[in-house]
Amino acid sequence: MAALPLFTEAVRAGFPSPAQGYMEDPLDLNRLCIRQEAATFLLRVEGDSMIDAGIYPGDILVVDRSLEALHGDIVVAAVGGEFTVKELALKPSPRLLPRNPRYAPILPEEGGWELFGVATFALHTLRGGSTGSCR
Amino acid sequence: MFALVDCNSFYASCERVFRPDLRHAPVVVLSNNDGCVVAGSAEAKALGIRTGVPLFQVRELIRKHGVAVFSSNYTLYGDLSRRVMATLQSLVPTVEVYSIDEAFLDLSMVPEQQLQALGEQLRERVERWVGVPVCVGVAPTKTLAKLANHYAKRRGSGVEVWCAPHDWRDSLAQTPPGDIWGVGRRLAARLADLGVNNGADLAALDYAWVRRHFSVVQARLVRELNGEPCLTLELQPPPRQQIIYSRSFGQAVVSLPPLRQAVNDYTARAAEKMRGEGMLAGRISVWLRTAPMGKPQQLWPDSFSTGLPQASADTRELARLAIQLLERLWKPGLHYGKVGVMLTELCTAEHAQGGLFEANQARQGEKLMTVMDQINRSGKGRVWLAGRGMKAGEQCLWSMRRAHLSPAYTTRLSDLPRVG
Repeated sequence: MAALPLFTEAVRAGFPSPAQGYMEDPLDLNRLCIRQEAATFLLRVEGDSMIDAGIYPGDILVVDRSLEALHGDIVVAAVGGEFTVKELALKPSPRLLPRNPRYAPILPEEGGWELFGVATFALHTLRGGSTGSCR
Repeated sequence: MFALVDCNSFYASCERVFRPDLRHAPVVVLSNNDGCVVAGSAEAKALGIRTGVPLFQVRELIRKHGVAVFSSNYTLYGDLSRRVMATLQSLVPTVEVYSIDEAFLDLSMVPEQQLQALGEQLRERVERWVGVPVCVGVAPTKTLAKLANHYAKRRGSGVEVWCAPHDWRDSLAQTPPGDIWGVGRRLAARLADLGVNNGADLAALDYAWVRRHFSVVQARLVRELNGEPCLTLELQPPPRQQIIYSRSFGQAVVSLPPLRQAVNDYTARAAEKMRGEGMLAGRISVWLRTAPMGKPQQLWPDSFSTGLPQASADTRELARLAIQLLERLWKPGLHYGKVGVMLTELCTAEHAQGGLFEANQARQGEKLMTVMDQINRSGKGRVWLAGRGMKAGEQCLWSMRRAHLSPAYTTRLSDLPRVG
């Protein structure tokens, strides 16, 4: 039996698509927000201690545990058995800084804290008040 | 060289990831229906709470020491397990997922002097990325790697690397044969009769003799204990023979309607799993057990099975047959405690024997099932056949008792952990 050539693209009569050969993957928010999928967790923000950093109650935080926390990073830490989001200051000495003047900084000696991960994005909806609307 | 990475008290560790208040507290996880303790943190074990003990026997201990109690949250454990495996893969590309909390890694490309450092790196990375502590055993064979892991846990070293016989000689001599991977209870008893009291005795046996008196599997085990690799990584899981879905009820069930709902639900879950693996079933079985409480009850026959005219993965078709089987089994007046559904004669869609006229119908069912699975996996809610009953699973008469279930922290938007 004679072999016939097989075309992988359909051959159609008519004007060819000018976009053919210029296709790229569509934009993907996961690729933008998530660097290490296995180490990335989502948390729901409660409270207003970070409001001046643009983190509002109801927002969803993207937290990457694979990142090394640096001075000035927004981090999630466990303090007194609860998670809290704060700015990490390492200089001159380690402390967790709220970004709302109504709250006081947290010093390590206050019961100790343990880093959970580095917050990389805060997802805040502009409709329906808070990100809670996409619950 | 192989590594075995094994999570420490996996279920209990998973429950702690989003509960920093429990970081150093005793934690136990219960079996289906909250009957027995199936896992405990080191702190819980230190209190004398053993795996397998019925909950009611340790209630007082739990209350006295404020032990945190959880129902099995397989949604959470499954997601964290997936993350552990992906994290391992970020350092070592060849990973055999051996169980929900264990993986074998191929380290044949790693120079011997770097094994210890790599073991520590694996341990640190999994704990940091996923929040679950692990131990690592490294050795020239899978059997020895498993044993090295056992000692990494027991000695608290975290990482144990065995390269040459003198590295494992002492440990092997301390190990009862029953603690070695691949030695079951019956084999252990036979070995004890022969005067084989520890792993070193077992390793010293003559291969040919073992092969003659036991089997090639046991001869291989002896070789493995001598550092001669006989088992390789199983990267492609063998094709599945059957899918079973079976649960005990939260309370005894007498009437038929709740049993119908349960069978409907179990069939749907088994079929969903089967579709996830791209398979079709050629046969379905249902079994029914009476509840153990009260006067002894006899049930005969206790199971029925039927072949499908054409292999199918359509929940509607499978549920219809399963209900027919159930109705033949059920007898009035008996108290039932458990029902199960099994799908067998599995084949892939390409190998399925097609009917002459059903082709179109099967294709339509396939589309419906795909949509159903997509909705059910999205975390936005679930859809099911009306026969399962209209209430959510948690409230049904027949459903599992899961009084201490933690949130699906990582897979459901409404359950995300809270950060203040």
